[in-house]
Amino acid sequence: MTREAMEFDVVIVGGGPAGLAAAIRLKQLAREKGKEISVCLIEKGSEIGAHILSGAVIDPRALNELLPNWKELGAPLNTPVTEDRFLLLTEKGGWRVPNVLLPDCFQNHGNYVISLGNFCKWLGQHAETLGVEIYAGFAGAEVLYRENGAVKGVATSDMGVGRDGKPTDAYQPGIELHAKYTLFAEGCRGHLGQQLESRYELRNTADPQVYGIGLKELWEVAPEKHQPGLVVHTAGWPLESDTYGGSFLYHFDKNLVAIGFVVGLNYRNPYLAPFEEFQRYKTHPQIRKFLDGGRRIGYGARAIAAGGLQALPKPVFPGGCLIGDDAGFLNAARIKGSHAAIKSGMLAAEAVAQALAQGRSGDELVAYPSEFRASWLYDELHRARNFKPWMSRGLWFGSLMFGIDQQIFRGRAPWTLHLSADHTKLKKASECESISYPKPDGVLTFDRLSSVFLSNTNHEENQPCHLKLRDPDVAIKVNLALYDAPETRYCPAGVYEILRDANGENPRLQINAQNCVHCKTCDIKDPTQNIVWVAPQGGEGPVYIGM
Amino acid sequence: MKILVAVKRVVDFNIKVRVKADGSGMETANLKMAMNPFDEIALEEALRLKEAGSATEVVAVSMGPNACQEMLRTALAMGADRAILIETAMELQPLAVAKLLSAIVKKEGPQLVLLGKQAIDDDCNQTGQMAAALLGWPQGTFASKVKLVQGGVEVTREIDGGLETVALKLPAVITTDLRLNEPRYVTLPNIMKAKKKPLEIVTPEALGVDCTPRLKTLKVQEPPKRKGGVRTADVKELVAKLRNEAKVI
Repeated sequence: MTREAMEFDVVIVGGGPAGLAAAIRLKQLAREKGKEISVCLIEKGSEIGAHILSGAVIDPRALNELLPNWKELGAPLNTPVTEDRFLLLTEKGGWRVPNVLLPDCFQNHGNYVISLGNFCKWLGQHAETLGVEIYAGFAGAEVLYRENGAVKGVATSDMGVGRDGKPTDAYQPGIELHAKYTLFAEGCRGHLGQQLESRYELRNTADPQVYGIGLKELWEVAPEKHQPGLVVHTAGWPLESDTYGGSFLYHFDKNLVAIGFVVGLNYRNPYLAPFEEFQRYKTHPQIRKFLDGGRRIGYGARAIAAGGLQALPKPVFPGGCLIGDDAGFLNAARIKGSHAAIKSGMLAAEAVAQALAQGRSGDELVAYPSEFRASWLYDELHRARNFKPWMSRGLWFGSLMFGIDQQIFRGRAPWTLHLSADHTKLKKASECESISYPKPDGVLTFDRLSSVFLSNTNHEENQPCHLKLRDPDVAIKVNLALYDAPETRYCPAGVYEILRDANGENPRLQINAQNCVHCKTCDIKDPTQNIVWVAPQGGEGPVYIGM
Repeated sequence: MKILVAVKRVVDFNIKVRVKADGSGMETANLKMAMNPFDEIALEEALRLKEAGSATEVVAVSMGPNACQEMLRTALAMGADRAILIETAMELQPLAVAKLLSAIVKKEGPQLVLLGKQAIDDDCNQTGQMAAALLGWPQGTFASKVKLVQGGVEVTREIDGGLETVALKLPAVITTDLRLNEPRYVTLPNIMKAKKKPLEIVTPEALGVDCTPRLKTLKVQEPPKRKGGVRTADVKELVAKLRNEAKVI
């Protein structure tokens, strides 16, 4: 069957803050100029917000620019931050860092605790009222190119293809969406973004991107323990000081607490399991005091782009651009990316609207990177640029050096440090000590499967596995033999398992792709980059609620 | 022949719902909603009958808040010709739904009413039967096969002991079971086209139906957590445990 094709001025892949902000800005500019711009946005989640996972504390700066009247429009920013605490944890205790010692980037006054999923849902509704055509449940599966090599658009995935790759009775071919400009807003480690980076060599002058994995739970806590607007961040225990990571705990809405843990994916010990570290962290007296008597109602995980300015690829190529974390605009020092995503989407939209007004199509949107350089976002990322490189040198030394960087030089230190790729950092299992994690109690701490259950994730079983191995033998010959199968530990959803026969021999890698929560960690951390994450059928994956 | 299909807006089947902390009901805020999967099967069957040339028009009907329009748009995208929303903010219980459904049937005059055997939210399994009774029509429930024959329809029903085939005269009500068919995927161009298909909104008052709930929910609570099993050393211990601890023998 041949695919149908449809034409738009702009196609946006991904309905997160970047993609939606770009869509809204385009429609605003079209109205201002009295010129119609057709905008089609596709989203792989079953609805807008279904795949969104973030802390989240949002800095409203970019939203103020996009929709100055967001309060009247009913934006779900209901809980202003009332108190900031930063704790350095030890196994039994810890210290609170006095707020005067914290660099500005750790201060959250004027920010809001939100569910980014609910916020995106709201943004999506607003975008639709402006005339953006939003199609949730359709994944961008393939980049389409013009004869001159420029991006022509994307194709959505085929539906109803069997596990063997052959069409089933329910087969429906994907649709080609052609556009004058295509904006890629897939979020961190977008699988089309990866292809574009290599095809157009967008990373030639950038450092490799570096990442973290963020795990999050949503808790309904006892009313007397709830302090709306309280924001607690921690560093230290249970991670070793040479592993970058930390936690967040945000009180918002009605008795809800968002609690999460981030581990830098440059960790070295293949025995480390971010999921287990997160569970262990919750048992700290300073943390469990909030959760005792409550119940866990949500779970999810997502990789985070943390490389900042040095790791930003060239965001434009003929016919389109990368926006939000598909490029990596997140500010790791502030542990915030939504405002940056919104701003980058707006900057790209402005460049697109200008190009369309000039009758251009399919060329490079040079105004987008140049306007970015002139924006507050560039300034913000520039000041924070040495955070991740310093922190990758250990918690204590890193904090000291980043403190000097921020408090003495105000982010304008005469040095810029560089990054190297996360997957190269893993040591051989034989050089590391295995870590024994405590057993979950089912009340405060949990196992992976009961957690994945709460992500509401689901995939049609009869479809090609969306986690591809470039070379299936590597899973055993390299991953298991040298690194003791780290994918079984870093995957937050229990997708990867080593199974053996009745005699405990002939190990093989079992991929439970139905469990996948689309976090992309395997695509990032696999030591030989043998695992490739591609989009499964549209509408599948987690269905996060209020995450 | 015109077919009327009833579709209910329910919490998406992937979502694990939870009881509200105060036990007054289920937490539904911000949940993803979808078409009841059994109704989707009913709609698919209607569309297949139309595609086979046995039906001329498929009309989808939903009842409830304005947001039910989304489910009707999905029904239109799957292939329904037009849609009717009976809009009300009131809680609709099965009898009220059956009354509304029979009122709309009298207005539309279909030969066949198809709907899911039950909705996955309240699992009542009553609407189809009540509607058939109110209309005085024959009913074929739990259908796993539907075959139109001269002047009527043969419905194969899934029953406890196996399968039962009944012959009904038209007009009739059929409620659909899981194995009847596998609903199609909605395509993007069809979603676009569905935006232009007619969707009529009526009210229960206009249909002269009183929807006041007659059942009152006293309390909603989660089932008790299942305790883990234990391994016994031998049969003797097992029997002892069954007798003394579980008290089942």
